[in-house]
Amino acid sequence: MSEPPRVARRRTGFWAGLALPGVAWLCIFFLVPFYVILGVAFGTVDPIFGTPQPVWNPLDWDTQAFDFVFNSLFSSGGAFQAVFLRTLAYVSIAVVLSLAIAYPVAYYVARFGGRWKGLLLAGLIAPLFISYLMRMLAWINLLQDDGWVNRVLLWAHVLEEPRNWLDGRASSVILGMVYGYVPFMILPLYAFLDRIDRSVLEAARDLGASRFHAFRLVTLPLSVPAILAGCVIIALPMFGDYYTPDLLSGSPHTSLVGNQIDLYIRGGQQVPVGAALVVCLMLMLAVLMAYYLYVTARAERRLGR
Amino acid sequence: MRRARDWWSNAWGRPRFLLLFTLLYLAWSILPILIAVRFSFNEGRSRSSTQGWSNRWYWGDPDLSVWHDPDLKNALFQSLQLAGIAILVTVPLGVALAIGLTRWRGRAATASRFTAMVPLVTPEIVMGVALLLVFVYVFSFIPLGTTAQAIGHITFSLSFVLVIVRGRLLAIGPEYEEAAQDLGASPLRSIRLALVPMLVPAIVASAIIVFAISMDDFVVSAYLSSGSSTDTVPVRIYSAGRTAPSPALNALASLTLGITIVIALLAFGLWRIVRSARGQRDSALADLAG
Repeated sequence: MSEPPRVARRRTGFWAGLALPGVAWLCIFFLVPFYVILGVAFGTVDPIFGTPQPVWNPLDWDTQAFDFVFNSLFSSGGAFQAVFLRTLAYVSIAVVLSLAIAYPVAYYVARFGGRWKGLLLAGLIAPLFISYLMRMLAWINLLQDDGWVNRVLLWAHVLEEPRNWLDGRASSVILGMVYGYVPFMILPLYAFLDRIDRSVLEAARDLGASRFHAFRLVTLPLSVPAILAGCVIIALPMFGDYYTPDLLSGSPHTSLVGNQIDLYIRGGQQVPVGAALVVCLMLMLAVLMAYYLYVTARAERRLGR
Repeated sequence: MRRARDWWSNAWGRPRFLLLFTLLYLAWSILPILIAVRFSFNEGRSRSSTQGWSNRWYWGDPDLSVWHDPDLKNALFQSLQLAGIAILVTVPLGVALAIGLTRWRGRAATASRFTAMVPLVTPEIVMGVALLLVFVYVFSFIPLGTTAQAIGHITFSLSFVLVIVRGRLLAIGPEYEEAAQDLGASPLRSIRLALVPMLVPAIVASAIIVFAISMDDFVVSAYLSSGSSTDTVPVRIYSAGRTAPSPALNALASLTLGITIVIALLAFGLWRIVRSARGQRDSALADLAG
């Protein structure tokens, strides 16, 4: 308050100057590329060479690529409609399974880790330092025709003959996604559950709640925001995944939105269609994010924070 | 038997079911990796039956081993090169960005903070497509390959450095550098002498994270690659994983894993030394989680 405004202004300039290189970097290599996606998606294709021609002026934008995408997206039986619905189904199943695995593990380590907490935490963090593709490679090894999964199932007489797990099975792709992304969900859940004030739980127990009741009435409602955050953290990359289906299935029957984008952007002459698909994916994710922010804001209001 | 049942159903100790569940999860999470590493040492070609031990797939085989197959060897060096460049550029850029954005007030600052968070919620394929198209249609003076890949890695790891360092900065508060300035230090000197030493643990943590996510990245490296000479380890695994798998691919992945673990442990040791020298006792996770 007593500071002369001239000094304060000079400091603001100093802080802005410090942030400038990073902000400029993000503008050039993050915001501009986003606009280029729009320019290509609303652009045209050279009639002779088939190369895409981006259109930078929004007044001249051509909606041909979007017409093609929307046509296939909103007509029943359209190819893109099936792909978007499949993506939604795979991601939902994988997120629910991940939560069913992540919550109990995070809860146990946070509440009951005791003197083993450090070691358990190291085990939970380790997968984050192992490349996602290497972890998929590990499952390719296990799921191949003479792999250990088939051997164990044959030995236990669950199967009578080896099954080809890598030949377009939704279950293999979903298993891969859960295996790949579940560590990213455990850590935020752990960080939150570890911070819950023990005295709140003791109060519930003192008032006569059983351990299960204390969990259901206190811990679980308190952790709703963390659960939602964990779901969003793994759902976002899952929506753009194309390498898990490629590696663990490779069949068009398990093709996701990411596979279609990859196909159109790198495969052929219809790059604008790929860019339009990226725009559609981003719009869908923006709606999901907005809903997430709305729900968490409401939950925080209800908790009176 | 009775003792085992009592142990299992003891209502006052830790919940046994959850303990079992957690141990099963850890086994499920780590065993496939260990099995993959085991097959990288196989004497034979199989990746499903154990056939003795050898270094054949690392350097023993004159054609197919990681050391002698140019594609595999290049991939390892390309991954390390990109991770090195990413750390060297992203960490200073991100620390300056974090300090600036935390202390800078105003509408432009709010907009910049928001923009800097968007990469964290952007699926990799969106970023990969965006960067590919920008290098092909706008910045065509930057050819696809190492330069473009390095720019991509810096762009997606910048926000992680920002989040980690900013979390630490908010915990420290502005008092220290204000005190330094009251004692006559210029703003830049006050940052260098008062703030940066306190940020060292967060800086080390963000360097490990940048290394890990750069080594892990697949989509951006694949989209900005100019051919097999600039493929990284994950790109190699993707292109050979189904079509031409061999234990050499497992060896390549295991080497990458080993290097990452060694670097993470070294950095973690450094981090512990710095911490104990200062008498700070927060957990490592607090820094990683911001």
